[in-house]
Amino acid sequence: MKKTFLALVLSAAMFCALLSGCGSGEPPAAGPELSVGIAQDLDSLDPHKMVAAGTKEIMFNVFEGLVKPSPSGDLLPALAENWTVSDDRLTYTFNLRPDVKFHNGSIVTSADAVYSLERLSATADTPADIVTVDAFSNIASMETPDEMTLILRLKEPSNEFLSYLTAAVIPAGYEEQETMPVGTGPFRFVSRTAQESVVLERFDDYWGGPAAIKTVTCRVIENADGILMSLQSGAVDLFAHLTITQAQQLTDDFRIEQGAMNLVQALYLNNAVEPFNDLRVRQALCYAVDKQAVIDLAFDGFGFPIGSSMYPAFGKYFDETLIDYYPHDIQRAKELLAEAGYPDGFSMTITVPSNYQPHLDTAQVLVEQLKEIGVNAEILPVEWETWLNDAYIGRNFESTVIGVDASTMTARALLERFTSSAGNNFINYNHEDYDRLFTEAQSCTDDDEQTALYRAMERNLTENAANVYIQDMADLLAVRNNLTGVRFYPIYVLDLYGLRWES
Amino acid sequence: MRRNYYLFAGLLLTGVLAAFALLGVFWTPYDGAAMGAEKFLPPSPAHLFGTDNFGRDIFSRVMEGAGTSFLIALCTIAIGAGGGILLGAVTGYFGGLADEALIRVGDALTAFPSILLALVVISLLGPGKPVNLVLSLGLVFIPSFARVTRAAYAEAREANYVKSVRLMGASHARVMLVHILPNTMPVLLSALTIGFNNAVLAEASMSYLGIGVTPPDASLGYMLSEAQSVFGRAPWYALSTGGVMISFLFGVGLIGEGLRFREGGPAL
Amino acid sequence: MKYAFRRVSALLLTMFLVSLCAFAAFSGISGSAAEARLGTQATAERAAALREELGLNRPFLFRYGEWLSGFVSGDLGQSLTYRQNVGELLRDKALASLLLSGMSFALIVLCAVPLSLLVVRAADGPLDVAHTLFNQFLMSVPPFFVGLLLSWIFGVTLRWFTPGAFPGLSRPGEAVRFLLFPAVAIAVPRAAMTVRMLRGTLLRELNRDYVRTAISRGSDRNSVLRRHVLKNALTPTVAFLAQMMAEIVAGVIVVEQVFGVPGLGRMLVVSISNRDYPVVQAIVVILAFWVVAANTAADLINVRIDPRLALRDE
Repeated sequence: MKKTFLALVLSAAMFCALLSGCGSGEPPAAGPELSVGIAQDLDSLDPHKMVAAGTKEIMFNVFEGLVKPSPSGDLLPALAENWTVSDDRLTYTFNLRPDVKFHNGSIVTSADAVYSLERLSATADTPADIVTVDAFSNIASMETPDEMTLILRLKEPSNEFLSYLTAAVIPAGYEEQETMPVGTGPFRFVSRTAQESVVLERFDDYWGGPAAIKTVTCRVIENADGILMSLQSGAVDLFAHLTITQAQQLTDDFRIEQGAMNLVQALYLNNAVEPFNDLRVRQALCYAVDKQAVIDLAFDGFGFPIGSSMYPAFGKYFDETLIDYYPHDIQRAKELLAEAGYPDGFSMTITVPSNYQPHLDTAQVLVEQLKEIGVNAEILPVEWETWLNDAYIGRNFESTVIGVDASTMTARALLERFTSSAGNNFINYNHEDYDRLFTEAQSCTDDDEQTALYRAMERNLTENAANVYIQDMADLLAVRNNLTGVRFYPIYVLDLYGLRWES
Repeated sequence: MRRNYYLFAGLLLTGVLAAFALLGVFWTPYDGAAMGAEKFLPPSPAHLFGTDNFGRDIFSRVMEGAGTSFLIALCTIAIGAGGGILLGAVTGYFGGLADEALIRVGDALTAFPSILLALVVISLLGPGKPVNLVLSLGLVFIPSFARVTRAAYAEAREANYVKSVRLMGASHARVMLVHILPNTMPVLLSALTIGFNNAVLAEASMSYLGIGVTPPDASLGYMLSEAQSVFGRAPWYALSTGGVMISFLFGVGLIGEGLRFREGGPAL
Repeated sequence: MKYAFRRVSALLLTMFLVSLCAFAAFSGISGSAAEARLGTQATAERAAALREELGLNRPFLFRYGEWLSGFVSGDLGQSLTYRQNVGELLRDKALASLLLSGMSFALIVLCAVPLSLLVVRAADGPLDVAHTLFNQFLMSVPPFFVGLLLSWIFGVTLRWFTPGAFPGLSRPGEAVRFLLFPAVAIAVPRAAMTVRMLRGTLLRELNRDYVRTAISRGSDRNSVLRRHVLKNALTPTVAFLAQMMAEIVAGVIVVEQVFGVPGLGRMLVVSISNRDYPVVQAIVVILAFWVVAANTAADLINVRIDPRLALRDE
């Protein structure tokens, strides 16, 4: 009896000693290493195949195009040192920056640029998983008079063509992008472990000078509960896209930087199904939803209300007057419902991808708000894959809360999808005026005129209550106090280049 | 005699909690979905368990969530025990090829960790709907009940009392139902209490992994996973939700303990 | 020998059934790896083209046959999401998960055996009620709740380890230390169950006639316990522990998420969602094999202890 007991006490004591022997949780000192938390694993390493916003966000540091976006939304010279545009605006001549190296050591030439642009143009034998750029179908021909000069001739003039040239330039003929990506960015790819981490290392030959941080480990932390713990425990130094609840729980080791998500979050309505095929019903929902209350309740006041498919970072395209086009007005909403033949309201479903907590939170608040006009909404949480397959591709849903982003910094990227023939017009929006405006905007050569046309398209969406627009969500980024140099962009990227540890 | 106190204490604890959950169906101090109050209020007389990240009253939500959890566990067990006992009784009693096949399939299924099986089944049925959750969990619980019942019936088949009632002309159905079933009760009851607790835990795990109950429905498991992400800010959320869940499992466990004694478990 | 052969062939048959069921179940889910890859870029035509390219349009039995023949020759196939060999992809994760389940198992045995001997001696004493209540309580605690408390107390507050930063198997010492915490979370309720089961078995044995006779003849109670009772209680215990393996693995899947252990659990959930069937298939087979092998091993051990068991199965 005594012996067993003694053995037990001893083993318990040893166990405790073993556990306490590992006090390694000190916050890292200023140094060349950085650990970044990312909420989802990369979907592909090939820059021309990646789809997920979270992937492009990180690989922004590995790949560059002829031009690259700046934090203010302008286009800066990148691999192209400068360029000229002919008077008829059909010929672009790029002078490549000399002696720019790929991560594998070879020099970037005009042939690499041609290879990359061709790879992204849709032809009959383009592999199905290459994310082709439709705007490149406007290219009539490409010429390379010498290794450092690239001439692009367009079929039609376009104001937006340049912004598509942010597309990654990769070495011609290199086939291993999917496993060992090679680009020209300030960081080069080292290794990735599925569902675990992606390791990047500073590229010392970067044309803009080497970055301050030497090694960046991106840790995949998909479990929302793990995010906070990973920050608190010291596993991660920087984490973007936190929820306000998470941000508020952080201790003094961190500061929160606030930017915008650059997403159009809305209750997207399937315009082709009853009762949402009735304009009055859609308008009633717009009146019933109190955007500010959604932002206050689910996001603690962080977020920017919007009134159409455009967010503030787009500057001149963004029309502020649309934000309050539908003020919160229960009475008006009820009247409209009665006119439409639903005096007692109706039942509807809100399909939400269950892996996106902010959208789920928003939907929960919407359900409560819609109750007030007698609309009985039910949340239908689905897996992301099911959402893509049934709601997005199959267009088989009544309404859904989701954030729609822009792949390039053009108004077209946000607005084209609502033309009646667009393949990704998942809400089945169908309005003649809208289609006509879009066609006009495409053929328009004057920038101001084109901006006016895009703004008219936005107004069209609002007036016809295409969707119940809610907000551009706030992007809260937690950084360790002595890490500086965070820059926000109008698109969804995390720029590691300017980051440095202060001692 | 001491052990009957376990039964008594278990019934009392479970009864109180069940009544609390049942009451939650008809009345709660606040509307569990209403987002009125201030966020993250610590426990106080007005909000016994405090409020959550939406300013919802946690006590009310726990009452509703407990109801959901218990209902899911009950339905799961009803499907699992109903299917399992029927299957186990028939194959165990008649033996033969069906019996052999059941053992094989049962082995294969128990080799699957229950969560893994439920994960696959629910992906098949489509997650997010409580009915599918109950169905997938129920299916997962069938093998364990079938196994227990089969063993009892296979043993009883050879027992003298069964042989003699058969000689007296009782039908198979009668023998199985009237003569053998009561004798398997002690085993089945204890399997039921264990199964019930496993069902509550399984639902909680599934909800934790994000494929169980989803909002606006609340179950204790879902609330626990929600509570986890705000643990630093509002530890009372996780502790009260977890506390209620543990108390309930504890109560059912005590009932099992008491039953085993009453039904002639290990005599002391 | 004949018995061992029978058990092993039963194991293979079970594994075959498991893999077939998993494959069949997975073929029925809506959506495919093609849509998963294309994300918001997906259109009906693109998805169809990619499905064709990935070979997902071929008949079910053909794909299963292909998978099975690859598996038999040691090739687990290519992941549809990661475009990487599944064996390579999963090796470290499988080792981490198996190490975690092994450690949990070891903790359960190391705690439960001495503890149950202690409580058997205390049976009928004043502590009996206290320990029964305490034991029932521990059995009622969900592993991920223990995990949550452990990671906040030891990880965030005391900083004895860093949840979310698993050091990796290349540093085995640190890895084992890290895994001790999740292993404890998994082991607590299971160890309590084992204590309860062992206690019952031991008490039943102690009440048998041969023990009473031996003790009344003047043999020392302790030596009877050690020499006969423990030996007789061994076979049901081995069987019980082996069956517990399935529950430990289930616990591993969930608790890995709490501590951020990069094991098979997260990979499984994600791969199901990505419709990456070669990966799902491999994980299911690895986990099922681990469980079935434990049970088969237990059967074989028990037959060595008590050869009569081999006859009972006939």
